[in-house]
Amino acid sequence: MWKSLHIDPKKCTGCLQCEMACSVEHTGVINPSKSRIKVFSFETEGRKVPYTCTQCTEAWCLNACPVDAIRIDAATGAKQVHDDVCVGCKVCTIACPFGTVNYNQDTGKVQKCDLCGGDPACATACPTGAITYVDADWTGLERMRAWAARANTAVSE
Amino acid sequence: MGWNRKVLRVNLTEGTCTDEPLNMQWADEYLGSRGLATKYLVAEIDPKVDPLSPENKLIMSTGPLTGTLASTGGRYTVVTKGPLTGAIACSNSGGFFGAEMKFAGWDMIIFEGRSPKPVYLYVENDKAQLIDASDLWGKSCWETEEAIKHHHQDPLVRVSSIGLAGENQVLFACIVNDLHRAAGRSGVGAVMGSKNLKAVALRGTQGVSGIKDMKAFMKITAEKKKVLADNAVTGQGLPKFGTQVLMNVINEMGALPTRNHKDVQFEDAGKISAEAMHEKRPTDGKTHLVTNAACFGCTIACGRISEIDKGHFTVVNNPKYWGASGGLEYEAAWALGAANGVGDLEALQYANLLCNEQGMDPISFGATIGAVMELYEMGVLTKEQIGIEAEFGSAEALARLTEMTARGEGFGKEIGQGSRRLCTKYGHPELSMTVKGQEFPAYDARGIQGMGLTYATSNRGACHLRSYTVASEVLGIPVKTDPLTTEGKPELVKAFQDATAVFDAAGICVFTSFAWTLADVQPQIEAACEGDWSMDKLNAMGERIWNMERLFNNAAGLTRKDDDLPPRLKTEAAKVGPAKGLVSGIDKMLPEYYSIRGWTEEGVPTEATLARLGL
Ligand code: SF4
Ligand code: SF4
Repeated sequence: MWKSLHIDPKKCTGCLQCEMACSVEHTGVINPSKSRIKVFSFETEGRKVPYTCTQCTEAWCLNACPVDAIRIDAATGAKQVHDDVCVGCKVCTIACPFGTVNYNQDTGKVQKCDLCGGDPACATACPTGAITYVDADWTGLERMRAWAARANTAVSE
Repeated sequence: MGWNRKVLRVNLTEGTCTDEPLNMQWADEYLGSRGLATKYLVAEIDPKVDPLSPENKLIMSTGPLTGTLASTGGRYTVVTKGPLTGAIACSNSGGFFGAEMKFAGWDMIIFEGRSPKPVYLYVENDKAQLIDASDLWGKSCWETEEAIKHHHQDPLVRVSSIGLAGENQVLFACIVNDLHRAAGRSGVGAVMGSKNLKAVALRGTQGVSGIKDMKAFMKITAEKKKVLADNAVTGQGLPKFGTQVLMNVINEMGALPTRNHKDVQFEDAGKISAEAMHEKRPTDGKTHLVTNAACFGCTIACGRISEIDKGHFTVVNNPKYWGASGGLEYEAAWALGAANGVGDLEALQYANLLCNEQGMDPISFGATIGAVMELYEMGVLTKEQIGIEAEFGSAEALARLTEMTARGEGFGKEIGQGSRRLCTKYGHPELSMTVKGQEFPAYDARGIQGMGLTYATSNRGACHLRSYTVASEVLGIPVKTDPLTTEGKPELVKAFQDATAVFDAAGICVFTSFAWTLADVQPQIEAACEGDWSMDKLNAMGERIWNMERLFNNAAGLTRKDDDLPPRLKTEAAKVGPAKGLVSGIDKMLPEYYSIRGWTEEGVPTEATLARLGL
């Protein structure tokens, strides 16, 4: 069973615990600038939006990579960058329509969310439940339920 | 190491930026932020310096937990000699600026001298440079932040800046970061203005790498976040209602200072409360509050983001204020509202926005307006002098006087001197609701007796954040004490003062102390920092920081008589509410407090006390 990161921007307070946790998981250093999940702040609207890779099934990045450095992790379904193969050509960063593959100057490779091997640090760190890790078949179910609750089921006269 | 072990020294007179190693012995004795920066200041300046002269220094400092996963670990402190009080000034701010300083590789920035022309400091990791800010002078904090981000083509630069108030050396000017967070009190923004330093812009991509034991640190910080989440105040009250949760509570206790402390209850408290911010406005059907927001790393998220009513008279022709922005917090809502008898929530938010935009402390500003309104009603100040009719309760006067003070126009210049100087000038020093020249915050010393002692003895002038005994006297944290009695308050105040100094020095937010005691902070420090961090050591450190600040103030010329409350609180009893008939028992508490502190009757730490604390 694969799971998906599910993001509910409404719950996000912009605390950046997720960015810190992600950077610690992948680099051992508390360094939001190296996080693979990014929280964007739209100040005059009071909105904070966490954003990261959604692990497309037909992944543009994977298909674009000329050296096959991006592969599917069979256990989690994550599209994973293999650093030993990546040549840093950045084609995947152009291919990804969402911009969630990024080049890292320190390593000379690209980086993207790899679902932390099935236990995403950001979801664990998030204090508000804005990021959850849910059964991939259930994506959207919560929102569906919320709309269902609003549906007018009274019998019309 | 929670520290980067690196200090940036900026000589504004010479235009130089140099780096030096952090004094690790001092870090061991004073931890960071408030404690460590004060140690540096005390070691480097003459306590008698004119706060607005080049001889004063201004230090921006983080703590070892700043920029880490410890909840609320995003805070930084500005330490300098304060122009409002002539005492140590030490103002703390959240937002994202502090963490960025750590990520850029620094613990602290020390500014000295005075630049011949306006400049701003730009730090990109190890690189630091002073950049001409002539084109930024005259701009607001908001415009400055935007212009700097634009200039460096980097939306992720974090900026602290002064607005017109700091440039004009309004004595309660603050330093604003991340649009609506501020090192708010004691006029630190005026010091920055006096140095011709418009802003500090940081960009850090190095991160914090030196945590002593990352695994243990991750584990303990996660555990302690859970403590915050499970607590009714930090897990529910603050995220839902913000600090504004207190407005109705304190009003009912008869401890909401109203109309320059003439009254202790405000009939319109409900209209400016958290509950009101959640209600739909009849005018546009929207709620004032848009959402809550967190500072860096904070799992409490008390911050308020609101949208002003676009049709309100203050902004109807000014779309610039229509977007979502910070406010209202309890202190600002009180100072701009109850202190002046103004019950118009939208007008308060307008004044609050202006304070954020131009960098003014809404507490001192609002409380000064309270004094102006009283002087106006007494006939001491006239409409001709002020430029507008200024009776208590006038939202128009509040709005207009905020504009005038922020921009340094007309009578606004006198308001910008704070209530002590203003009331003294017009012959009524007794009407200034201040200690050491700094205006009171939002708790009446008659209805919450411990706060009277808190104000009188606070090293930076009247302030609630040096020993927030409201926690105990109102909320029962860690134990409930009776707010109406002076009994046991000297001990309580001392304990809170010492513990708070350590929270501040660590780089975390004092609001965690609704759920955490020092024993919750200690293991987080221990996992982050090399060295011995026993409870005994931390307790002694808190007391050491307090006494160090006191020694500075004494050397600056402050004495026992500066540890006093205005006569109103000692002679005019509360007229209504639970505290009816009571005045502040400060005269009883103060000598007891001195003795518990190990100070002489004149408030001077004895040789034995200093020796015990290693001072
Ligand atoms: S940890 Fe959660 S609440 Fe905090 S910024 Fe990330 S998504 Fe938002
Ligand atoms: S509790 Fe409030 S002020 Fe403190 S760090 Fe969190 S959001 Fe900022």
